[in-house]
Amino acid sequence: MSAGDLTVVVTSVSSDSHTWNLVVLQLVLEELGHRVHNLGACVPDELLVSECLRLRPDLVVVSSVNGHGFHDGLRLIGAVRARPELAGIPFVIGGKLGIAGPRCDGSRAALVAAGFDAVFEEGGLTAFRSFVAELTVGVAS
Amino acid sequence: MSLAGAGSFGDFVARAQRSGRLVVQPRMGVSDPAAMRTGLLATKHATATTVGTITLDSYTRMGDNANARTALATGAELNGYPIVAHDPAVTRAVLDGVAGPDFPVQIRHGSPCPQPIIEALMAAGLHATEGGPVSYCLPYSRTPLAESIPNWARGCDLLAGVEATGVQPHIECFGGCMMGQLCPPGLLVALSVLECMFFRQHGIRSVSLSYAQQTNAVQDTEAVLALRRLATEWLPDVDWHIVIYTYMGVYPRTADGAALLLEEAARLAVRTGAARLIVKTVAEGYRIPTFAENVAALQTAALAADHCTTITGSLVDTGIHAEASTLIETVVELGPDLGRALAEAFRLGYLDLPYCLHPDNAGRTRSVLDGSGRLQWARIGSMPIRNVVGPNGSAEMTAAGLLASLSYVERSYDSASLEQEYRAGLPAAAVNGREAGIPTRGSTP
Repeated sequence: MSAGDLTVVVTSVSSDSHTWNLVVLQLVLEELGHRVHNLGACVPDELLVSECLRLRPDLVVVSSVNGHGFHDGLRLIGAVRARPELAGIPFVIGGKLGIAGPRCDGSRAALVAAGFDAVFEEGGLTAFRSFVAELTVGVAS
Repeated sequence: MSLAGAGSFGDFVARAQRSGRLVVQPRMGVSDPAAMRTGLLATKHATATTVGTITLDSYTRMGDNANARTALATGAELNGYPIVAHDPAVTRAVLDGVAGPDFPVQIRHGSPCPQPIIEALMAAGLHATEGGPVSYCLPYSRTPLAESIPNWARGCDLLAGVEATGVQPHIECFGGCMMGQLCPPGLLVALSVLECMFFRQHGIRSVSLSYAQQTNAVQDTEAVLALRRLATEWLPDVDWHIVIYTYMGVYPRTADGAALLLEEAARLAVRTGAARLIVKTVAEGYRIPTFAENVAALQTAALAADHCTTITGSLVDTGIHAEASTLIETVVELGPDLGRALAEAFRLGYLDLPYCLHPDNAGRTRSVLDGSGRLQWARIGSMPIRNVVGPNGSAEMTAAGLLASLSYVERSYDSASLEQEYRAGLPAAAVNGREAGIPTRGSTP
């Protein structure tokens, strides 16, 4: 594994108390050589915004599996993109985002339109790794 | 061990255990009072020795009773019974003629702020609940331990007041179920005992110590026997029993695999002299189970328990007792107030849950599954168990390894179920499977 050297925030959404998904993502990112700040379960939007302002991460990974990820995700990305300081930080979201799933009901497009840079469905770890790898190349060059 | 008073939760379980019957219990909670009553009646009338459960909804767990009331007013369905939002008279009507000395009902929630819940269950005439200052705080919330611990102390003090009415109140600790999976047994056992000692310090004289089925039946057996020894040692003057939780991680998706895992949990309970079992259903891998699925699970577990006996001999000691004992002693030595000692132990990393992201958990420990499916420490952080655990040489957990570990039980039991179907009628294959630690359905203890 090459040292990626990105500062990455891994976070859940405000209503989601699951954490195993966050732990797996932390290990994935650490194995790619990145520094991870894992904010854990039930992260309020304000906390995510303040941590982003403090850490100025190269990437923010939002993961949710309780089915509220679509709604909570739309709200939180609105709060993030409303801050000009955070406008340029890549934000991605993934997990079990809703009952129907992003492919079925156009919610993927809605999440991207609201300000996410990428949306990953459950089982999309390979695509996620590729996304992160491209980001690393971008930073290094 | 003091006897729990007549009519209490502890007394019911003790009587069942004396007559050789395992008490089985579902997880069950719906917002509608009439449906909740139907579920309790279905549990009561199952062909098994049962106690009832009312599981509360997420809003009530988090103390958000305004949202729970709004949901009730608008008819929105909640994921449990909102005992604080419902009028006490409504809950008393749900329980009327159902709950009693022959069918105790326990309130299960998951709250780091349990006082309103305890007030509500007392107002409804109940006296048994579940939780703990650490176990209902660290895994699922962001609430600081510095708030959860005094909240639980006040909750215990409140519930202890029930004793004046002639019934012994009961609290089951969730400490032996921390994180649901991948926490090595020594730490689970220690937390279970420590939380029950905390309840005792706050006036509760009837408790149950939990242990959640993990990944290896032999290791689980050693762990529960260690839990019994330590409970005898540290809780000499209270009524206590052990409650086993059927596996809490990713659940098998085949019906046979799910039943196999439940039966293995029932056998674990009987073998180790545990008195009660929390069941899981065949629907667990997909969705919230129906009442009928719960009743079927209660009966499957009761039947498996009937065909099993308690172990009387001794087992190979891999050090679970010594590890748990060291952790308990370390916490006790931090000071006479167990609440403060627990907080201090987590601050210093003397207690440190693997993979727990809560800000009050040090997060310097890691666990792994070894080749035989036993949970082992890969990193112990600052936990004072170096001399007990020894160097185990386990490799660091990778993302792929973690994903595989999280689904280890699901894969083992689902493939055992398919294998069994394939080899139906070949008893030799089943016997070989058992020796290799692969579960088989309907095998003898």
